[in-house]
Amino acid sequence: MARKRQAELVNDTGETAAGRGAPTAFLEVRDLKIHFPTDDGLVKSVDGLSFKLERGSTLGIVGESGSGKSVTSLGILGLHNRGNANVSGEIWLDGTELVGASQNEVRRLRGRKMSMIFQDPLSSMHPFYTVGKQIIEAYRVHNDVSKQVARKHAIDMLGRVGIPKPDQRVDDYPHQFSGGMRQRAMIAMALSCDPELLIADEPTTALDVTVQAQILDLIRDLQQEFNSAIIMITHDLGVVAELSDDILVMYAGRCAEYASVEDAFHRPLHPYTWGLLGSMPRLDRERSERLMPIKGTPPSLINVPEGCAFNPRCAYCDLTGGKSTTERPELLEVEPGHKAACHLSLEKRREIWDSEIRPKL
Amino acid sequence: MSTEKTAADTPVETAEQGPGAASGTAPSLAKEARPARDGEPLLEVDNLGKHFPVTAGLLRRQVAAVKAVDGVSFSVRKGETLGLVGESGCGKSTTGRMIMRLLDPSFGKITFEGEDITKMSQGRLRPLRRDLQMIFQDPYSSLNPRKTVGAIVGAPFRLQNIEAKQGVKKAVQEILELVGLNPEHYNRYPHEFSGGQRQRIGIARTLALKPKLIVADEPVSALDVSVQAQVVNLLEDLQDELDLTYVVIAHDLSVVRHISDRVAVMYLGKIVELADRADLYERPMHPYTNALLSAVPIPDPSERGDRQRIRLQGDVPSPLDPPPACRFHTRCWKAQDICKQVEPPLVELSPGHQAACHFPENTTVSATDEVARAAVAPAAGAAPAEESAPEA
Repeated sequence: MARKRQAELVNDTGETAAGRGAPTAFLEVRDLKIHFPTDDGLVKSVDGLSFKLERGSTLGIVGESGSGKSVTSLGILGLHNRGNANVSGEIWLDGTELVGASQNEVRRLRGRKMSMIFQDPLSSMHPFYTVGKQIIEAYRVHNDVSKQVARKHAIDMLGRVGIPKPDQRVDDYPHQFSGGMRQRAMIAMALSCDPELLIADEPTTALDVTVQAQILDLIRDLQQEFNSAIIMITHDLGVVAELSDDILVMYAGRCAEYASVEDAFHRPLHPYTWGLLGSMPRLDRERSERLMPIKGTPPSLINVPEGCAFNPRCAYCDLTGGKSTTERPELLEVEPGHKAACHLSLEKRREIWDSEIRPKL
Repeated sequence: MSTEKTAADTPVETAEQGPGAASGTAPSLAKEARPARDGEPLLEVDNLGKHFPVTAGLLRRQVAAVKAVDGVSFSVRKGETLGLVGESGCGKSTTGRMIMRLLDPSFGKITFEGEDITKMSQGRLRPLRRDLQMIFQDPYSSLNPRKTVGAIVGAPFRLQNIEAKQGVKKAVQEILELVGLNPEHYNRYPHEFSGGQRQRIGIARTLALKPKLIVADEPVSALDVSVQAQVVNLLEDLQDELDLTYVVIAHDLSVVRHISDRVAVMYLGKIVELADRADLYERPMHPYTNALLSAVPIPDPSERGDRQRIRLQGDVPSPLDPPPACRFHTRCWKAQDICKQVEPPLVELSPGHQAACHFPENTTVSATDEVARAAVAPAAGAAPAEESAPEA
C-alpha cells in the first residue's frame, strides 16, 4: 500500500514537472500560489493549489473564512493587483495560460470567457448607474454592437434570470431592487456574454433561504442551457451538496480533500471534512444532543502551523506519531478521483469515519 | 436586591423541580431540572407591534408607516429557549429589541416576571436590565475597540453599582473562564481576538450579572461553521449551568432547531406558526413554514432531486403596504378567496401548536377559522378513532 502511494506521489510530481504545456481540461490550475507581502509577514493565502474542471460540471470550493477560497477565484480572474500580490503557478483556461498573460489579454477574457458572481450584489453594482446601463456596458465591451441591440440583450438577460417586467426594470437603479433581484441582475450581468467559466463566490450567502433556493435553481438551469463550467465558492455544505459534482475542501490556503460530491459526504477521508460535517446542525437528521465542533480557530495565514496546518485542531493528530506536527502531508490520490492530505493511514481513517464520525452525524 | 429576587423564585422552582434541584451548584442537578420549562411564563408578549413612521414634506407629516411588527403574542417560560425565525424584514429583530425596550413599542404589552414593562421609564428599567440582557449579532461592532476585555465585561458591574464579593476583576475573570476564554485575556483589546472569541466576550458581558432572560439576535450567523458549533454548544451549556431563558432570533432554520425548545415563525410582522420544536419541524402546518423548510439545502447529495420542493415565487412584499388579510396569500399556492378577505387568527390547532392559516397542513382540521376554533377539541378525539380503524 505504502509503495503504491509512493508511486502515485512520484507520478503526481512527475506529471507536473513534465506536463508543461496546454492541458486537456477546460480549466486547469496547477500549483497556484498567491502570497501577499505585508508588514507583519508574508500572507500565504493560497499555497499550492491544483485542480481541473471540465465544461458543464461544477466544482464546489468549501472552507472557512480565510482559507483562501475567494483569493483563488480572484486569482483565476486576474483581479489581484500585481503590485501587492505574488501570483505563481499556472492557470490554463481553454488552452490559454493566465498567470503569465498580460493584463490586456486577461481583460479580453474576463467577462467574455470567464465571469464572476460576487457575494454582495449591493456593493458590487455601481449605485450611480442603472442596472441596465451596467449590463449594457459589460456587453458592449466585448461585442461590437449598437446601444439599442445591447439594451435589447440586457432586457432579454434580465427576463431570463426571472426579473418581472424586464423592459421597465432595466432602467431601475440597484437600490430599487430587492436583495434577491439584485443577485439575479448580477447573474444576468455575469452571463451577458455567455461565459464558459462562471465563478460564483458565495452567491447566496447574503440571501434568505427561499431566495437562495430560487437562485440555486437559476444557476442550475443556466448551466444546463450554456454548458458552462462553474466554480461554486461557499462555506455552506448544503449549497455544495445541491449543486456540485466535485468538492474541494480548502484549509489554510491548501487543498485538504478533493472528492466527488458523493465521496465527500459519504466517505470523507480528512479529519477537517469530518469536523465540518459534525459542526453543522442538520435538518435531515434526528436532532443530536450536541454538535461536534472543531476545537480552536482557523490559523493565521502568516504563521501557518508546522507540518499539517490542521494539526492543532485535529482530534486525531496524536495517532500519526508526531508526523503531523513536523511533516506536511502531500495531497495523495487515495481512491480513484478522491484525494486527501493526511498522515493517517487510509485504513485508520476509514475505521474512524465508520466507527466514530458517521454514527454521530 | 438579588437575594430578594431569588427568594421570590425559589418556591416556584422547588415546587416543580423537587427539593433536590434547589441547590443550583451541581450542574448535573441543574440538567435534571430542565422540566422547569412547563413553569410559569417569564416573559409575556401580548399583541405587540411597532410601526415606524414614514414622513414627508416640510412639516414632516407622517404619510405612511412601516409595519415592522404588527401584533405578535407569545410567552416564554422559565428555562426554555424560544426561537424566532423568519426572512429578513419579517420583524424578528424588531421584536427582540422591543422586548429589551431598546425600541418603544407602538402598541401591545410586554410583561416580564409579572411586571408590565411596556411603558416603564428608563430610570425604572435600569435595575431590570440586570435580568434582561442581549447578545448581538456582530461581534466586531458590538465591542468597543478602545476598551479592554476587562473593562467591557466589567462594565455591567460598574453601571449597576454592584460590588462583587472578591472584587470586580475576580468576578470578570471567572466569567471569562465560564465562556471558555482565558482569564489572562483581561487586559487585552477586542482586535486581538478572532470572531468566535469576540462573540464569547459578548456572551461574557451578557452573563456578567447573571440575567434571567437573554435575547440573542443572530448569535452565530457571523461565525464560521466550526466556530458556530462551539458557540451553540456554549449557549446550551450555560443554559444548563445557570438556568437561563433564551429568546434566540435567527434566520438559520437548522441552528434554530438545534437550540430551541419552541419555535415561532414570523412573516411580515406576524407570527404565522408557533409550536414545539419537534412538532414544527416534523409537522409544519403553515404553508410558509413548509416552504421555508423545503428551501433549506440539505447537505446530502444522495437526496438531491428526491426532495419535494416548494419554490416560493417572488420576494417578500413591502411592510409599508402589506397584503390584506393573510399576508402570505400573494405567494401561497393554497390561497383561496377567503385568504384575501379574512385574516386567519393564530389558533391552537393541536396541543401546543398554533398556526394562522385557513388551510393548514398536517392536521385533520381545515377550512375556515370558525371551524378550526371549534374543531380543536374534536380533532384530538378524532385522530385516535382514525388510527384504530385499520386495526378493526
